[in-house]
Amino acid sequence: MSNKERHWEKTKGLMMITLAIWFIFSIVIFMFGESLNNGSFLGYPLAYYMCAQGSIVIFVVLIFWFANRQEKIDEEFGFAERGEDE
Amino acid sequence: MAEKFINRKDFINNLPKIYGTYTGGFLVFIILMAIAEQAGMTAKTIGICFVAFTVAIYALIGWISRTVQVDAYYVAGRQVPTVFNGMATAADWMSGASFVAMAGGIYFGGYTYMAFLVGWTGGYVLVSSLMAPYLRKFGCYTVPDFIGTRYGGNLARFMAVVVLTLASFTYVTAQINATGTIASRALGIPFELGVWVGLVSILLCSMLGGMRAVTWTQVAQYIVLIIAYLIPVFWISNKNGFGFFPHFMLADEVARLNDLEATFGLVKNAAADIKAAGVPGGLKSISVPHSDVPGGGMAAWKFISLAICMMVGTASLPHILMRYFTTPSVKAARKSVAWSLFFIALLYTSAPMLATLSKISLLDPNLPTGLIGKPIAEIMQIEWVNAWVNVKQAFIADFNGDGILQLNEWFMRGDVVVLATPEVAGLPYVISGLVAAGGMAAAMSTADGLILAIANALSHDIYYKIVDPKADVRKRLLVARALLIVIGAAGAYIASMRITSILGAVAWAFDFAMSGLFFPLVLGIWWKRATRAGAVAGMIAGLGSGTAYLIYVGPKFMAQTPWLGIDHLRFGIIGASVCLVVMVVVSLMTEEPDSATQKMVDEVRVPSGKTILGKAH
Repeated sequence: MSNKERHWEKTKGLMMITLAIWFIFSIVIFMFGESLNNGSFLGYPLAYYMCAQGSIVIFVVLIFWFANRQEKIDEEFGFAERGEDE
Repeated sequence: MAEKFINRKDFINNLPKIYGTYTGGFLVFIILMAIAEQAGMTAKTIGICFVAFTVAIYALIGWISRTVQVDAYYVAGRQVPTVFNGMATAADWMSGASFVAMAGGIYFGGYTYMAFLVGWTGGYVLVSSLMAPYLRKFGCYTVPDFIGTRYGGNLARFMAVVVLTLASFTYVTAQINATGTIASRALGIPFELGVWVGLVSILLCSMLGGMRAVTWTQVAQYIVLIIAYLIPVFWISNKNGFGFFPHFMLADEVARLNDLEATFGLVKNAAADIKAAGVPGGLKSISVPHSDVPGGGMAAWKFISLAICMMVGTASLPHILMRYFTTPSVKAARKSVAWSLFFIALLYTSAPMLATLSKISLLDPNLPTGLIGKPIAEIMQIEWVNAWVNVKQAFIADFNGDGILQLNEWFMRGDVVVLATPEVAGLPYVISGLVAAGGMAAAMSTADGLILAIANALSHDIYYKIVDPKADVRKRLLVARALLIVIGAAGAYIASMRITSILGAVAWAFDFAMSGLFFPLVLGIWWKRATRAGAVAGMIAGLGSGTAYLIYVGPKFMAQTPWLGIDHLRFGIIGASVCLVVMVVVSLMTEEPDSATQKMVDEVRVPSGKTILGKAH
């Protein structure tokens, strides 16, 4: 496999992991909203909390994490941009 | 001089200082207004000052950012730093509806409505992992520019413009409508005139400088709108002793609402009763629990399907995607998506808190602001109730004739939750003026982004790429500006005729975009085998089937029973699925793309190296 192909394999892997986490916190947990609401966080009913704050905060952290991981992958294979950073 | 100033490298380096000074200046302005209020300035004058002052600043920024260069006009010269692009995207994203109506939606819709919150934030994960960095590497000016170059041919480009225009125009009239409403209320002019005042303000920000001007005004607008949203939330929470930091401390109030709902009983009024009592259109009473999850698989599916539509739609909306064309690098585009969602989250996580604060203020009989259970004659004496009832934004219908207000007898419009809460909680008028300026900023910034997206696609993709490829820069920018005015005027005309309802809900824009654009964009990057015929067929079939389904179930059209609960807010599920299947099948049936195209896709997948399209094209 060429350098480019290995870079793309790893990029695809990261994309899959990111989307799996996204899928859990945007869709899967809300399939069980009714039972989830029996639990609580900070005193809020859990399902209510997840859509009011929980999932949103997880998405923000997830995107920052994804961006950092992808930068590492780009550097590892020598595809990072040079001289154009802000 | 201004042109030189904004082109200089130290302009970018000085951005934190410039916007820091601006924010400080705005806070000083708020304090001055508060002092003026104490000194006896009338509520009306304060409202005019807030709207006029902020709009004047946006117009000034728009004028300073004027340009005669193509890449400055279309992509702000690709020099917008990540954090500032994040703020601009947040303002671009959060519309007048987000600002004014979202808390009201949660107030009336409870948990079920909050599917919008999940959908309008989760979509950014798709933007960052599937789209933004690759489109930035491509170096396109518009979203159809990518489709047209990746797949080749004018038909693919043209279809992408059709989807973009349909989705964005559905959205933009609602924004112009909102600027008109706010301008007319704050300036005391008729709505029809307010719409045109709103349009002129919007065009002042975008016409001379295109994307560059819109970028720097959107940053300024974000600062105004977030201050205007957060101050009342924190103030009310602290004033009533609900908690110093409402986001983490309103659990007791949410539980209390649950108890109050049980005490008062949630009654859904019969349509006939509402009609007989003469409740004005658009006003609602609370009939859905605040934090309870409705039971059953269908309810869960409705939540999830709405979230899916909003997420996939987010990742397909051109006015959002094009913001990531303005960053200096691919890496910066990725980070910028994260910052965008961070700035959006500041407002979106506050909306449920505002809904909770507003609801408990009205419902709890132990609070001085509580209305439910009090004699109606007494309630009508309250100043703010009287004012909002007079303008038909609130209504009391004494169904059982006992002279006491029940929960199901109090009607109001969703917008009132944001607009009236400062008054309800007894905050000074300066806060109401601030909220008006915030709503104006939210509506203007989104309208600017949308109008620019449409005008850029028409001027770059239709006029320059298809009609007259030999046009010089001067002519191209002239056409771009002329289109900006025409599209804005068309939107304002529809808004002033008060026929925006024919364009339906804001959600439709997301459904249109996902039906026609999501898979052509994603597969263009992630599947080398995707062909021109596949993409064109996918866009036509996706948009066609989605629209046909909308007409079939739309309440104002054929109003047929939705299939599997996929109603008119969720028609994108049908459109996008059809688009995917057709695109894959047709792609596999046609010959695979030539090696030049495949090589292009390979290049898009790595951040380093030159963009596919040149700096100015």
